[in-house]
Amino acid sequence: MARQVLLIEDEPNIIEAISFILSRDGWSVATHANGETALDAVERHAPDALVLDVMLPGRSGYEILQDLRANPDTADLPVLMLTARGQKKDRETADRLGATRFMTKPFSNAEVLSVLREITDD
Amino acid sequence: MPQSRLTGSRIRERRLALGQRQADLARAVGVSPAYLNLIEHNRRRIGGKLLVDLARELDAEPAQLSEGAGEALVAALGDAAARIEGGAPELDRVEEFAGRFAGWAGLVAAQARRIEDLERVVETLSDRLTHDPHLAASLHEVLSTVTAIRSTAAILAETEDIDPDWQARFLRNMREEAQRLSSSAEGLVTYLEAGAEARAMQVSSVDDVAAFVEAAGYHFEELEKPAVGEGDIAVMLDRAKTLRDRGARDLAHRMLVRYVSDARMMPLRALRTSLANTGGDPARVADGFGVGIDAVLRRMASLPAEEGTPARGLVVCDGSGTVTLRKPLEGFPLPRFGAACPLWPLYQALARPGQPIAQVVEMPGADPKRFLCRAVSIPRPAASFDAPPIHEATMLIEPVEGTDGAALGVGASCRICPRDSCTARREPSILGGRV
Repeated sequence: MARQVLLIEDEPNIIEAISFILSRDGWSVATHANGETALDAVERHAPDALVLDVMLPGRSGYEILQDLRANPDTADLPVLMLTARGQKKDRETADRLGATRFMTKPFSNAEVLSVLREITDD
Repeated sequence: MPQSRLTGSRIRERRLALGQRQADLARAVGVSPAYLNLIEHNRRRIGGKLLVDLARELDAEPAQLSEGAGEALVAALGDAAARIEGGAPELDRVEEFAGRFAGWAGLVAAQARRIEDLERVVETLSDRLTHDPHLAASLHEVLSTVTAIRSTAAILAETEDIDPDWQARFLRNMREEAQRLSSSAEGLVTYLEAGAEARAMQVSSVDDVAAFVEAAGYHFEELEKPAVGEGDIAVMLDRAKTLRDRGARDLAHRMLVRYVSDARMMPLRALRTSLANTGGDPARVADGFGVGIDAVLRRMASLPAEEGTPARGLVVCDGSGTVTLRKPLEGFPLPRFGAACPLWPLYQALARPGQPIAQVVEMPGADPKRFLCRAVSIPRPAASFDAPPIHEATMLIEPVEGTDGAALGVGASCRICPRDSCTARREPSILGGRV
């Protein structure tokens, strides 16, 4: 059975492009665009990996990550954080809160695929 | 490092730097070691032939030993050395360096100052990137759009067996994103150009005066005394480091002359009493003192911040709408250049000379803030036949608690105003407000 990745991102065309490349790579892709209800989406889909944007409507990716790490069910979930802010302090925040990997926009499709495989031990 | 050195200390410092024994130097100049010791510890005055001999033996100029290098230059070199991480240069020879190579030493000090200035600029720009919400939002939008385009373009270029429907869909997405990128980039360029203009303005006379007023909070204690005259203004202008050229000083002089005139007509104590008796009504205060309402508005803005006195902002503009005097107030941004929001009561007053206008306005934001703005425009009579009168509008800004009741929605300036359906908008906003 294909492994599932949940993409939490609010830019429709980024969602479409990433979903397309992940699907072709054999992933089952679920998407969600709202920060406020992101934790419900994680619980509902129980994904094998999460791609999480930092700037989301309703709630930031950092807050979501913090809650994920505080929950024993999702404490070890591989999370790839995406952000348009690549400053040192953003990277440090992501590290501190327990992001598995951190990637700044714009990224390449190959990069996303390779990191996702890496963090899920593929 | 001591700021002031004496001749004896310099001689000792120089001798030690050369690794020369006291006894050897004493012998070379024909004095006893004990006498040289007294000289070196500044217990004996020295001059004339002995100083010349010592300078010769120490391979220095007599003046270098007796006067030392300029203290400011030595201090500047010390500062420059302190900024070098991992070991400063020969600090013990800084005075010798400054004395013997004053030109080069001046260059080192000037370059260190220049580096410090540039570091401040970098810091400011970095702060701007970090804290300026408009810039951060614009950059985020640009980067998100670029990401979508890059990802979609890669799919189209690298997926050979792509379904025609998907292909059409991705092409449409790319076109959409390209248009979005074009508008975001345009907005960003406009905003950054405005920033560059603002930085250039900082060296203008008008901006120097603005910095002078801002630093004082538009309150000049020295000019509040009853017998203040032209001399006091001159002293104040001489002391003001922000006024860097004659143009800035002339502008500040004009502003201060009017300040003194306002203060004479409405001394602080009398003004406070009048404000208390009239409930802070500028029109009644003006009537009581027999002065114009514009003078009262300026005077109210000049009251020093203290308990019971609300913080007040002030804006004065000329007939073209150009802001000529501003005292900022937290929550009510005053553009540093270009035109402000056309809905400000300041501009309404300009259009209705002589008619005072009071209006509660609301500034947009996550936590909208309200202000009571009182404005008036008083034309100055023409100086001669056929000459036009000179218009000037004055607006006092005071914070208002709460958000009950009606308020006019205003902004700072169109470029950074998020209000989408504003009939007064003259240019698009980088935050999405359309014309």
